[in-house]
Amino acid sequence: MTLRWKLITILVVLVAFAAVGVYPIVAEHYGVNSPAFLMQKQLKLGLDLKGGVHLVLRVQTDDALRLQTEQEMERLRADLMTKGIVVGNLMSPDSTHFVVEAVPPAQDAAFRAAATEVGANFDRSSGSNGTYTFTMKPNIQLTLREESVVQARETIERRVNELGVTEPSIAQQGANGDEILVQLPGVTDVDRAKEIIRSTGLLELKIVEQGPAATRELLLTNGQEPPGMEIVPGSSGTPGDTASTVFYLVRKVAAVSGKDLRNARPTIDENNQAAVSFTLNTDGGRRFGTVTGENIGRQLAIVLDGRVQSAPRIDGRITTDGRITGSFTQEEVQNLSLILRSGALPASLTYLEERTIGPSLGADSIRSGVTASIVGLLLVISFMLVYYKLSGVNAVVALIFNLVILLGLMAYIGAVMTLPGIAGFVLTMGIGVDSNVLIFERIKEELEAGRGVRAAINAGFNRVFWTLFDTHIAAAISCMFLFQFGTGPIRGFAITLVIGLISNLFTSIFVSKTLFELELERRHQVATLSI
Amino acid sequence: MHIFNHPNFDFLRWRWHAIALSWIIIIAGGITLATKGIPRGVEFAGGTVVIEQFDQAVSVEQVRTALDQNYPKGGQNSIVQSTGDPSQRMVMIRVPQVGAEAGASLSTTAQEVEAALMKANLGAFHREGAEIVSPTVGAELEKKGLLATVLSLVGILIYLAFRFQFSFGVGAVVATIHDLLITAAFLAFFRYDLTLNVIAAILTMTGYSTNDTIVIFDRVRENLRSMRRDSLRDVINASINQTLGRTVITSGTALLTALALFFFGGEVLHGFAFTMVVGIITGTYSSVFIAAAIVSFWRGTAPTRAAAHAPVVSGAGGSGPQRAGSGATAVGSQPQRKTKPQRKARAS
Repeated sequence: MTLRWKLITILVVLVAFAAVGVYPIVAEHYGVNSPAFLMQKQLKLGLDLKGGVHLVLRVQTDDALRLQTEQEMERLRADLMTKGIVVGNLMSPDSTHFVVEAVPPAQDAAFRAAATEVGANFDRSSGSNGTYTFTMKPNIQLTLREESVVQARETIERRVNELGVTEPSIAQQGANGDEILVQLPGVTDVDRAKEIIRSTGLLELKIVEQGPAATRELLLTNGQEPPGMEIVPGSSGTPGDTASTVFYLVRKVAAVSGKDLRNARPTIDENNQAAVSFTLNTDGGRRFGTVTGENIGRQLAIVLDGRVQSAPRIDGRITTDGRITGSFTQEEVQNLSLILRSGALPASLTYLEERTIGPSLGADSIRSGVTASIVGLLLVISFMLVYYKLSGVNAVVALIFNLVILLGLMAYIGAVMTLPGIAGFVLTMGIGVDSNVLIFERIKEELEAGRGVRAAINAGFNRVFWTLFDTHIAAAISCMFLFQFGTGPIRGFAITLVIGLISNLFTSIFVSKTLFELELERRHQVATLSI
Repeated sequence: MHIFNHPNFDFLRWRWHAIALSWIIIIAGGITLATKGIPRGVEFAGGTVVIEQFDQAVSVEQVRTALDQNYPKGGQNSIVQSTGDPSQRMVMIRVPQVGAEAGASLSTTAQEVEAALMKANLGAFHREGAEIVSPTVGAELEKKGLLATVLSLVGILIYLAFRFQFSFGVGAVVATIHDLLITAAFLAFFRYDLTLNVIAAILTMTGYSTNDTIVIFDRVRENLRSMRRDSLRDVINASINQTLGRTVITSGTALLTALALFFFGGEVLHGFAFTMVVGIITGTYSSVFIAAAIVSFWRGTAPTRAAAHAPVVSGAGGSGPQRAGSGATAVGSQPQRKTKPQRKARAS
């Protein structure tokens, strides 16, 4: 490459990166009107600088397994009943097992046949006295766990989108992959966001068999829940009475559930109370019509997350439209409709981490980050100029190039600048000039050995190249593991460092060398070098 | 301008002193950690940090008294300090408790702390920031941090063994482990909390502290080819002396920026910057006194010929005549021969 082309290359690179990385920051700061394409790829600020909420939740994947186990058990129970096979107890001791007791020897073959049909996802083992234990297959367990995390993430995404947060970030993480990271920039109402994200939002409409009763015990037959039924707590339904709890005995299988919902929105009931009206899809509407038609005069429990919200009497056949009433506030109704619209979570969630960064904290961090950057830059520049004199100018130009390219690349690939990222930026200055120092020292050494300026410069760059290559790779290796290890801010730091390493190789070798060549070109007789 | 004018120090003579000094610091650090425990940040220990912005200026003592009276649960372990710009009137409160993990109640503790402040009539305030971490997260994070550090050391070892020779890789990695231990000792002496940022600084340091070592090793490799008649000891001493200036300068510039971060980077980056400052200083020290010493231990006082088998890749320049394998023809079995260590090795 001739010197002219090298210079052109450098200029093009500089202008391009400055346009992407530096110009938008300056333009925004001074309120300059700029074309959209320039402002589009602006360097993004991380949550720790911009302010917002950072949440880490764990998906209780056991819930999904338990649900699956119970469903299979109920299906088997129903199947056995239709086939006239009378067995003892069916129960599920934990999330992945269920046990059938006392299968009569005479009906053993029939039971096995029924069980094979139902329990394809379970391994069956038999014990004494006609006891069968069903264990969920390990691969099914794994799939279910994975699916439940993915579903939970998707549900959270829908909810966050409904909340209207701009540029949220939702990702799976953690050693078991069962954690979900939610970052909501600019959100200040943490409690509302948290509640909306975490609510299971499982809506079930179930026919009430008995109740309401003041205590659980009143609904038990022979001290047990009747087969196929369950007892669900709920509020008494008397307006204004939220304290006392009553119990309902309902059918375990829901007539319709949240999956059948097409829409949900806030409304007001006839008593001027806030309520949620919902619309079912066609399929759900058909089933709902059948169930309500058959049960006119009985109560229908509206169960949300395992709690009866209200249990109105069915006055006639209802198909697609319904309403959830209870003692709700206006805000609760807003949130509930949002949650119902976005679908239920497949498993419950627990919060592991919660971080809030207010806007003035973020601004504070930016201020100190910028101060540290400027001080660091000035220190390094003064040192290089004093110690290497005119060649120091060369190093300073290379350093500034390095920073421009770093900012530009980060903006271009959409990397996020975090507070540790700023630290990485500052360190890049200190570490970046190392390359120049190594080259310059080598040139000095070659000059002292009596070489001509031109030869010394060439030897300096050539000899040091592989050293630089090695040091940069070693640093990149640790950055790689740092990226692997960290989340959010730390990743921002690792990315800043790696990009700094790459652009530093370019500037310290290519840019710096070209600047020397330019100087040599300018002065035809070169006897001395200011270094 | 030169920092050192043709230095001629016998660094390997001082290796035992250096190793003893390092061990003293490391053992003292170990004792400090064993007796006082590792101070963990919220990310690792779990707990609640709230940053409250007050409408009127309040003193740290006022807030502490309010907590002692109305939230005694925090006890000895609660920390109160002012944070950020004083004009912002922000106070950071850290208590080891955290609301029950289940449900939205993770922030119960934060609300209790705020209720305690409210009772003390310190004027209006609002929550500007919070960091609430359940204790279950920390253990996993610590494991991951340790794993990342170990893996990056292994990665560097493999890379250097591939680029130089196994003994060089060992030297660089032992020097880096040394830097990690020294840094941990200083973190223990100054009671800095172990936070994610500190771990990030430690990992950065593992990458950076090998830089000086690589520069010296590169020179050793180069000198092994030109100083074939000299003992390894002399070659190493000569190499360290020849690169001493740049070792000090490169660390110096990095140190300048780390110091800028330490003094101006704000509260959050304090631990990070401290780790970097210590890491850079000990990294330079270990490159000069430890890394090469390890190589010389590893290979004994064997003549230098074996070293010249090192794969040669620095051939980008005009070092044509000296190619890989040239050392095989060298006659270099005068282990203890004394030569002037400052003998310069220059290419072609």
